[in-house]
Amino acid sequence: MRGNASEPSKRQYGAVRYVYLLTIIFLTLTGFGQMPVFKRYYIADIPGLGWLAQFYVTHYIHYLAAILFLALFTYVIVDYLVSNPKRKKITIAGYVRGAILAGLVISGVFLVVRNLKGSMFSPEFIIFLDLFHMGLVITFLTASLYCIITKQKWAKDLNLDQ
Amino acid sequence: MGQEISRRTFLRGGMAAAAGLAASSIPGAAAAARAEEKNQLATLFDIRKCIGCEACVEACSETNADQYPNPQKPFPKMYPNRVPVEDWSEKQDVTDRLTPYNWLFIQHATVNINGEETELTIPRRCMHCVNPPCVKLCPWGAARQLENGISRIDSDLCLGGSKCRKVCPWHIPQRQTGTGLYLDVLPSLAGNGVMYKCDRCYNRIAEGELPACIEACPEDVQTIGPRDEIIKKAHALAKEINGYIYGEKENGGTNTIYVSPVPFEELNKAIEKGKGKPHLKPVKDTMAQANNLATAMILAPVAGIAAAAGKFYKLTKSSQQGAGQNERERI
Ligand code: HEM
Ligand code: SF4
Ligand code: SF4
Ligand code: SF4
Repeated sequence: MRGNASEPSKRQYGAVRYVYLLTIIFLTLTGFGQMPVFKRYYIADIPGLGWLAQFYVTHYIHYLAAILFLALFTYVIVDYLVSNPKRKKITIAGYVRGAILAGLVISGVFLVVRNLKGSMFSPEFIIFLDLFHMGLVITFLTASLYCIITKQKWAKDLNLDQ
Repeated sequence: MGQEISRRTFLRGGMAAAAGLAASSIPGAAAAARAEEKNQLATLFDIRKCIGCEACVEACSETNADQYPNPQKPFPKMYPNRVPVEDWSEKQDVTDRLTPYNWLFIQHATVNINGEETELTIPRRCMHCVNPPCVKLCPWGAARQLENGISRIDSDLCLGGSKCRKVCPWHIPQRQTGTGLYLDVLPSLAGNGVMYKCDRCYNRIAEGELPACIEACPEDVQTIGPRDEIIKKAHALAKEINGYIYGEKENGGTNTIYVSPVPFEELNKAIEKGKGKPHLKPVKDTMAQANNLATAMILAPVAGIAAAAGKFYKLTKSSQQGAGQNERERI
């Protein structure tokens, strides 16, 4: 009934979901690729997956996917803030996953800064960042799996006609 | 030329570096991306002077023996079977390559200088890169870089996955199986020992002493000092002898600068290369490729905001023109 205006928005969120899934999958794969596990456990031997054991390749793709993810993440947040608060309500499952992702983005950006030439974090802080980023990845994947199984959505439509 | 930096000035540098170290232990962003290159100490190797006596190699071993691995045997069985056992504990005397028990070795190159066949000897160890991939890409911070440019691997934290060796353009760090933290976690499923390499005698430097190999050398082959001064010195020396420089630009810059009377291309051909025997090839800046994406990462949120704003603008416009019943208008 909201007619024309809601149609392109629906299609757009289809694209958002697609890019979201794609970036998360690549971030997870290339993130775990930072640890020397894919070669040891034969995963890099599967035809087409050899790149997962090349550290500079996974490092670079993690960056590319992070850039895409950051653009998407800000787009969804800003889009929600400027146009949707009256039409959609973020669920608890949405807030939880959003908060974990925000933590991943922040720790991830700190790790990017660490990698720059001339950056000098203390070794203790670097260990903290690595463990924190890693811990959030595990938490996020667990939470996502739980939400998929229990069919929890990110947001609920509010009925506008009331 | 001799040791141009007196022990006193060196000591002062050491104190400054130690103070810097204390400051760096404040965790958090405050100590962030400052250009720290100026604080880094570099060493200059005048290859002409080296006589290949291996006094440095011996001194390194003597000084660092207490840091050498002491693996437990039998080693825990590792799965899957392809995981290689690297055991140097029975070959601790090997000095013709890098091993966990030998962090410095002498490379030999027979080259032609002015029509005369000459044998050059080149001390080789970790280059202590300005932006070391072995440190930056260590998945959990077991490798670390000190403010004075030294990179070292913490043998209490290293799990021996050998990623540092893979990402190092010279494949410097060497593994010993059967020692370190992995034994306390899941030794059969993850980890494989500890990686070892030159730590440029960080503990001696912290106390204002010279690295053992520098002190022991009878020919004063090495000079140590702040990076910019060492670079200047290297250029002056190269000019004086019509020579060549290696390590200033390699991998985006290292803190080990070699000056040679013959091109490094020739040296690289003449030396024996292979496992534990690093090359002398040109090396591009390995960390730069991804680091160049950092600007795009700053711009990404801007793009996201712009896209959302664009959509909002379009929606507002179309609702103003048409349907009109969008509740946004009622606000
Ligand atoms: C904007 C977001 C992100 C940025 C900027 C980022 C950046 C980084 C960086 C710099 C590293 C260290 C390894 C390297 O230098 O390549 C890393 C590691 C890792 N990332 Fe991300 N990351 C982000 C989001 C994510 C997300 C969403 C996931 C998965 C859901 C993820 C999974 C991992 C994993 C598993 C590691 C390896 C473990 C570790 O080193 O802590 N990252 N990330
Ligand atoms: S001690 Fe000096 S002269 Fe002897 S091998 Fe080492 S660097 Fe060369
Ligand atoms: S030479 Fe290799 S081991 Fe040494 S600092 Fe550079 S990357 Fe690390
Ligand atoms: S600086 Fe110290 S650890 Fe490095 S090669 Fe020289 S003596 Fe060995």
